Amino acid sequence: MPFKRYVEIGRVALVNYGKDYGKLVVIVDVVDQNRALVDAPDMVRGQMNFKRLTLTDITIDIPRVPKKKTLIEAMEKDDVKTKWENSSWGRKLIVQKRRASLNDFDRFKLMLAKIKRAGVVRQELAKLKKENSS
Amino acid sequence: MAAKRKTPVKSRNPDLIRGVGKYSRSKMYHKRGLWAIKAKHGGVFPRHAPQPKAPTAAEKPPKFYPADDVKKPLLNKRKPKLTKLRASITPGTVLILLAGRFMGKRVVFLKQLPSGLLLVTGPFKINGVPLRRVNQSYVIATSTKVDISGVNLDKFDDKYFAKEVEKKKKKGEGEFFEAEKEDKKKLPEDKKEDQKAVDASLIKSIEGVPDLKAYLAARFSLKSGMKPHELAF
Repeated sequence: MPFKRYVEIGRVALVNYGKDYGKLVVIVDVVDQNRALVDAPDMVRGQMNFKRLTLTDITIDIPRVPKKKTLIEAMEKDDVKTKWENSSWGRKLIVQKRRASLNDFDRFKLMLAKIKRAGVVRQELAKLKKENSS
Repeated sequence: MAAKRKTPVKSRNPDLIRGVGKYSRSKMYHKRGLWAIKAKHGGVFPRHAPQPKAPTAAEKPPKFYPADDVKKPLLNKRKPKLTKLRASITPGTVLILLAGRFMGKRVVFLKQLPSGLLLVTGPFKINGVPLRRVNQSYVIATSTKVDISGVNLDKFDDKYFAKEVEKKKKKGEGEFFEAEKEDKKKLPEDKKEDQKAVDASLIKSIEGVPDLKAYLAARFSLKSGMKPHELAF
């Protein structure tokens, strides 16, 4: 089982610990065995331990330690945001965030919708059972 | 207040250190010019003529002196401030009641009464909660709001909810058994009318929002996996 996602300049990673939890950042340089220089459009460039990062499949084409403007242009060109939001991992995170922010009223409406859907499914099942048994 | 000077009065006696002025009493007398005021008024300090005192009624000596001297408690003129209403509770907010007979019911908040308690209604037709007072601490405020503009709440205050004082009846022997008969007091008709008046416009605005009526009719409960500290209300 070889590794598929490598730490390289331009690798997009997800921060999984600390102040920037949940943000997508780009590895812009490697400091030493444990740390990387990391940058994002809405963040001041800084070092982060690899243990705080989870690598994603997305890479962008940038020179080592690019200017902020260059970084933003490269991210736009490679469409990092849409790629992330369409990936199954990205979609899962969006759903998690939405579920956590649900209002009490929203949870009630969700419960009604679930009951309705289950009712429809059960009706279809009953219909199919009847067709099969007859 | 006296007429304001053009420049605020600066003390003529600067502090050497806190509590000790630079000039003595006699020096200050001279600095303030009190000698000049006295000279102007012929050696006497000017005084207002004493106001004619209203004649006080002659006080009779008290009939009764207590045997021991009892200390009078100190006078306390402090008035309690109205309980601070949480920022999340505004008129029309849906609240979840946490204790009491209507535990778990979702109710509409109307206004805060002068005693600090919250005035709340079901509406009665929807979930059986009447116009009621509730303490802020026993309530979760949700972020769902109901339009409350059509309701007139001026006549409701704490006196409206006071218990009715029963007139004491002299109990004869036969009346002991009859007094047991009226166990439940009937709700006066005008209170029922008030409830209907408040709920009429509320129910209309509630029915404008889909599912809101069913939401208010249902009770809140914690299900498996719900963590209150992680829930957003």
